[in-house]
Order: sequence, then C-alpha cells, then structure tokens
Amino acid sequence: MSLSKAVSTEYITTRGRGLGGILEKTFKYWALAPALVLLILFTLYPVISLVVMSFHKNESAGGKILWTFVGLQNAHRLLFEDYVFKAALRNTLIFVGAVVIIEMLLGFFLALLISRIPKGKGLLRTIMVLPIFVPAVAIGNMWRLMYSYDTGIFNQVLEAVGLSPVLWLSSPNIAMISVIVVDVWHWVPFVFLIALAGFESLDIETMEAARVDGAGGWQLLRLIVIPLMWPTLSVILMLRTIFAFKVFDEIWLLTRGGPGTATEVLSLHIYKVFFLQDLKGYGSLISVVTIMMTLVMIYIFRRQGRR
Amino acid sequence: MGEFSGRGRLFGYLGAILACLITLLPFLWILMISVKRPIDISSGTLKFIPTLKNYDRVLFSKGSDLPLNITNSAIVAVGVMVGVLVVATFAAYSLRRLDWPTWVTAVLLAWILIFHMVPPITMVGPWYLAFRRVGLYDNLFGLILAHITLNLPLGVLLMVSFIQEIPKELEEAALIDGCGQVGAFLRVTLPLVAPGLAAVGILSFVFSWNEFAAALNLTARATMTVPVAITKHALSEFTRHGEMAASSVIATIPAVILMFIGQRYIVKGMTLGALK
Repeated sequence: MSLSKAVSTEYITTRGRGLGGILEKTFKYWALAPALVLLILFTLYPVISLVVMSFHKNESAGGKILWTFVGLQNAHRLLFEDYVFKAALRNTLIFVGAVVIIEMLLGFFLALLISRIPKGKGLLRTIMVLPIFVPAVAIGNMWRLMYSYDTGIFNQVLEAVGLSPVLWLSSPNIAMISVIVVDVWHWVPFVFLIALAGFESLDIETMEAARVDGAGGWQLLRLIVIPLMWPTLSVILMLRTIFAFKVFDEIWLLTRGGPGTATEVLSLHIYKVFFLQDLKGYGSLISVVTIMMTLVMIYIFRRQGRR
Repeated sequence: MGEFSGRGRLFGYLGAILACLITLLPFLWILMISVKRPIDISSGTLKFIPTLKNYDRVLFSKGSDLPLNITNSAIVAVGVMVGVLVVATFAAYSLRRLDWPTWVTAVLLAWILIFHMVPPITMVGPWYLAFRRVGLYDNLFGLILAHITLNLPLGVLLMVSFIQEIPKELEEAALIDGCGQVGAFLRVTLPLVAPGLAAVGILSFVFSWNEFAAALNLTARATMTVPVAITKHALSEFTRHGEMAASSVIATIPAVILMFIGQRYIVKGMTLGALK
C-alpha cells in the first residue's frame, strides 16, 4: 500500500493539475459519495423520521398532513389496545420458526442426498434456482390457483380419491399451514443450492479417513460433516431467519392476512396501519419496533457466530 | 462426497427427480391454466385444446394496461441495474482500496448490512411521505432511486468481496507505469471483476423487476409496474383465472431468461454472498 500511495502522490504532484488532477485527488471521496448520499437520504433519514413520527398522530386537511404531538399515546395503544399487533407478532414467530426449521432440514438433507450423484447436478441447479428469482407475486398467483377451492389441483386430487375438498386459504386453521407450504417451496432451493456448494467444497480425504477408521453413516454425519459445514449452515440459518421475518408479497397475495388475523404478519400489519388505515404515527411506531427486533436478531446471530 | 454406493446413488437420483417435479409443478400448473378456456379451467380436465386467448386479452385488449406496466418495469429495472452497478462498484472500490480509516469502512458496511436485513416495508412509509413532498411519487425516477437503495447492500457487499480477490500488486504495477488511481481502477481492476459485475447487474435487474412492496406504494396508474398490476388484477372480484395465469407467466419470463443466460454468475454471486 505504501508503494502505491507514494507513487500516486508523486503522480499527482507532478501532473495533478486541471480537471484530471482534481478528479484524481478526490477519487476516494467522489467514488463513495453517491452511495453515501443514497444511504443518508433513503435509509438514515427514514429511520429518524420514523422515530419522530411515532410520537405524533396525523390528520389530513385539504390535501396536507397535519401532525400533532401525542407523546406516548401510540406506545400505549401498541402495548394495551392493539390485539392485531399481538396476533401479528405471534404469527410472525410461528411462521419464521416453522419455515426456517423445515427449510433448513429439507435443504440440507436434499443437498446431502444429491451431492452423491455423479451426473445431473447442473440441470438440477438450473431448475431449483427458478423459484428464487421469479416474482413473489407470480408465486402467490401460482399457489392461489393451485389452492383454489373449485378448480385447484389439491382439491381435484382430493375429490378424485373420494375426499371432500378443503378451503386451503380461508379456513382459520389451515391458512397458516398453506402459507408456510408456499414459503417452503419458495426457499428450500436457496438452502439446497448453498448447502450443495458447501458439500462440494468439503475435504473428501477427511471423509475417507473417517470411513477407513470405521465411522458409520450417521457418525460420519454427526461428527464430521455437520461440524465442517457449520460455518455455512449458520450463515444460511441467519439469512433465512431474517429474510423470513420480512415476508410480505406472497402472504398479501394468498390471504391478505386473513381469514381474520390467521396469517397476519408484522409487515402486513405495518402496511395496513400506515397506508390503509392512514395511521401514520402509529404505523411508524410499529415500524420502529420491528426494526429493533431485527437489530436484536442480528446481534444474537453475531454473538452465536463468534463462538 | 466420498464413495458412491449403489444405494446412495439410487436415493440420490430419486431425490433429484422428486425435487425437480415438486419445483416444476406450480410452473406447469399455471402454464396449463394460462392456455385453457374458462370452461376447461372449471371442469378441471386435462384434455383440452390450448388457446392463446388469455395472452391476447391481457396484452392487446383495449382496457389492458399490461403493455404499459411492462414498459414501466423494464425502464425501472434497467435504470436500477445501471445505477446499482455504478454506485455499488465505485463505493466498494473506494471503501476497500482507497485508504479510508478502518472505522469508516466498518461503520458503513455494518450500516449497509443492517439495512439489508430490515423489512423494506418499514422504509416505504417515510419514502412515500417524502416522495409526495418533493414530487417523486408516481414518478419512475423516484422508484428507480428507491430500488437502487434497496439493492445497494447486495451490490456493495458482493463487489467488496470480488474486489478483495484482485491482487493489489496489479494496480501498483499500473500506477508505476504512469496510470493514475482512477485509471488503475478503470483499466485494471474493473475488467478483472467482470464476473462480479455480471452477477450484480443481473441480480439487481431481477430484484427490481420482481419488487412489490415499494412499487405498490410509490406508483399510481401511469407508473405502475408489473407485480403491482398483477396483484391488483388478481385481487379484484371479477378476475378470470386464465388471464391471471397468463399475466403471471409473462411476468416471470424476463427473470427466467436472465437466469439461463447468467446462471453461472448468479449462483456464484449468491453462494459467495452466503459463504463469506
């Protein structure tokens, strides 16, 4: 580094005049500036304004928004009055817990299974990568059509074997499971692809040595494969947990949080309160609380990661 | 990994086939619905004469906004791709190679990482209010800026890890040969991180094309993107299933094409992001 610094300093002092020289001297600043401006205007400012708004309430008057300071009124509402928030929090925890466990297990074992086959992995990758990059709203539509009471594939199969059809998306007990199934379908490929890449970079010789020493399949998995894969697995675990926490698009399309509050999650609740009910101050408070929960999750995962 | 015993291989292939079938089933189902007549959809028959009527209707009927939505989505996605490439690459280079104090790099990367993990809907509210004030609401440029910001974390983090892999000595050689720092970046480092640029470009195009929460609240009829339009259409009472399926199929086409073209880069970028 010192060499390049010395050389570039010399270059600038000998030839650094005019526009080129200025661009050269200030390179490190203007290269970072656009990103910095975007981050300040579009992430720092919104966070600050959310905090400020969460102590206010809004009224519309002649196309303008009037803000009134209400102190902790929004917080009181959040803690003691808003039963939908409690349902949304509970549903989010159930949803995140369920999808993360199922996706990790399915993705991991599928990758383990498939890492043994000599051919066809490329084709499988091509197919499995599809759900990740298709618009979530299209995925919502696909599954809406498959869950459809009259014409969906699931009820057609049920009827074909003589069972009665099911209200997949509008019965309170089943809607959450249906939504979880869609998310599992959507994101198992992500866990699978990364775990497969992890398996392929594992040291085969360690594996062979253990096998020669008489380790059976289960021992091999528990004592060697999982410990070696742990760094990869813990990153996938963190990414899936935090991204499942954001879920919005598919659920909005599948159930809009219903029936009742059966599939209402935090993101949907924020959207409904802020935009549909036009309670901007209160919606801001829920947003601030949600951001704090994300920070806590990041903190926990980082501490785990350091061990 | 290890030896392939006959049984392991058999289960491997069975798993692979099953995984393919389950992954493809929803795609095949919606594709089938999209070429059925309403009567074939409600009877649920598998024997039917395919028709392109649904596609014709969503693309070319008078009341359809879908062509406009596609244009909007394309403009936004291309703008976002270019924007993210430029902003993220320069920022990543500056942070990694241009002598910032350690704390500056650490704070910025941490902030970016946190923003990457916060639910976007929490940011959309303040964006909406600010955009209304400054005239960026219902404006494609506003949506482009919002999407660039949403994609910036992935872009910066990926570019940082790609740039780290380029040996510094190459740039130093260019500096000795009389290149300035800017020249060394443009002529030496940039060509070497081309695979990273491909990954970031394709990923940000696809994410912008797919993005829903911000587009839903920052656009109105004239600027509506495809996902917003599809949702509005799908949730209205009078929607025909065939048309809903056709418009969803159309919405997935660009992403699928890009995936096939750029698969190597994307899978590499995605796994790199997770494995590092």
